[in-house]
Amino acid sequence: MSGIAIALMIVAMLTVWGGLVLAILNLARHPEDEGHLPEEQAPEL
Amino acid sequence: MTTPSDGAAAAPTGQRETFSSRRLFILSAIGSAVGLGNIWRFPYIAYENGGGAFLIPYLAALLTAGIPLLFLDYAIGHKFRGSAPLAYRRLHRAAEPLGWWQVLVCFVIAVYYAVIIAWAVMYTGFSVTNAWGADASGFFTGQFLQVSDTVGVGFNYVPGVVWPLLAVWVVSVVIMVAGVNKGIARANSIFFPLLLVMFVILVVQSLFLPGAVDGLNAFFTPDWAALADPGVWAAAYGHIFFSLSVAFGIMVTYSSYLKRRTDLTGSGMVVAFSNSGFEILAGIGVFAALGFMAFTAGTSVSEVAVSGIGLAFIAFPTIVSAAPFGSLIGVLFFGSLVFAGMTSLISILEVIIAAVQDKTGWGRVPATLAVSIPTAVVSLVLFPTATGLYVLDVSDAFVNVFGILAGALVTVIMIAWVLRRLPMLSRHLNLVSSVKMGRTWIALVAVLAPIVLGYILVNEVIAKASSPYEGYPLDFLAVFGWGMSGLLLVLGILMAFIPWGARSKLNDPEYEAHAAALEKEAGR
Repeated sequence: MSGIAIALMIVAMLTVWGGLVLAILNLARHPEDEGHLPEEQAPEL
Repeated sequence: MTTPSDGAAAAPTGQRETFSSRRLFILSAIGSAVGLGNIWRFPYIAYENGGGAFLIPYLAALLTAGIPLLFLDYAIGHKFRGSAPLAYRRLHRAAEPLGWWQVLVCFVIAVYYAVIIAWAVMYTGFSVTNAWGADASGFFTGQFLQVSDTVGVGFNYVPGVVWPLLAVWVVSVVIMVAGVNKGIARANSIFFPLLLVMFVILVVQSLFLPGAVDGLNAFFTPDWAALADPGVWAAAYGHIFFSLSVAFGIMVTYSSYLKRRTDLTGSGMVVAFSNSGFEILAGIGVFAALGFMAFTAGTSVSEVAVSGIGLAFIAFPTIVSAAPFGSLIGVLFFGSLVFAGMTSLISILEVIIAAVQDKTGWGRVPATLAVSIPTAVVSLVLFPTATGLYVLDVSDAFVNVFGILAGALVTVIMIAWVLRRLPMLSRHLNLVSSVKMGRTWIALVAVLAPIVLGYILVNEVIAKASSPYEGYPLDFLAVFGWGMSGLLLVLGILMAFIPWGARSKLNDPEYEAHAAALEKEAGR
């Protein structure tokens, strides 16, 4: 493989798979708030 | 979201189903987005449109159109908690035909998509027996599909396709009858991990084939001049648009099954990047294998690079025959197509089933049977025949342009410019989500998306109108191409005039509670 092809392969992997890792990390930092959902919703109904 | 109080008020069968966790929604949405196109379309599109340089328009299209349109679907489905027709109806009475149009588009796609899965099922077995011998191309159109020389519609059935197709439909019906959690989510949580594992093994195995490096070299070598070609940019936007399965009801339907407090944009980012991540993987695997194919044939990669049916059912069988442990490559490749296809087919069917459920107020089982049996019958009557390949080809080519693409353009213009609902949807996205969508999002959806979709659509219409598609007879194109496309639009509008009955989900106390809760949260 030529140098430029290798470089672009690495850039493609870093941007797309790196983007996926960042997206997963972001989601993990905002967990589902299932626990308090029913209590929060019940009073207004 | 169901609560103890409204759960007691409504009959259990009347409650809207929800994904029991965010993880299951994400998995199902990825399963839907990752389909045949990721495996057989992306690698060739990228290669043809600049190779490594394609990454730039591709990422631009993902960030500026793919993800924004995905969030538009999420916002509509989640805020208005309904199947496509019901969600659009709640958005505005005048938007309801858009929803029915999308439902009909899904019907057309479902009837032919299942056929390709059936072929892949057969080819998984053929890989073990090397059924095609030395002539994969002749085997596919001859012995296997028995394709007729005359283009048209015939009823000479090919048993080798009828039976696997029937099996695909039986499995689909069983999954769909079981419902959102026990059917769709469970199928995705089995099929998608299996797909991923199989595909990774396939890619690793392909990388060790002689010539694989030449394939990767061809795939990643940039042609920077391509970036000056508007056609390359259009290809990137067009691909991202089809790949993410946006704007034909799927993501609206799936997000209507989410709980009220769900991080929509955070989840969507994971879905969008997983879909692209899989495509990059597919590009590596497919071009490594094509590099091997060129190596054995003593030609260059450009001579063997193809996409779609030609890649899957002609090039890959050739590779399977020549490669060491070729049968394993075949089983992994065709098995991946089966699983990727099934998880997408499920999501396409759900658009139709959810619409019928909402409109009639029927339970899961009768609605599923009322949808999937007629769909399966149409699929089984038209496609496992000697002329099925022609009908499939023309339906696919026309529904993609005049169903999905045109539908998306009309939807975006209607919501952004006629009904002016984007600020409201932006507020909804930002209510619970971790990644905020403000003015930039509105600008991308309202301005950039219509320009890009319009440009691609005009080019496609010119191409289809200037010469008969694939040189097929005009009467055949008039019925299954233009006629079918026009019928979808007309029927979509007509269906919006059928009144919603008393038992329909239009007047749903559960939705009223959901809307009231959202309003309260927005005011806080």
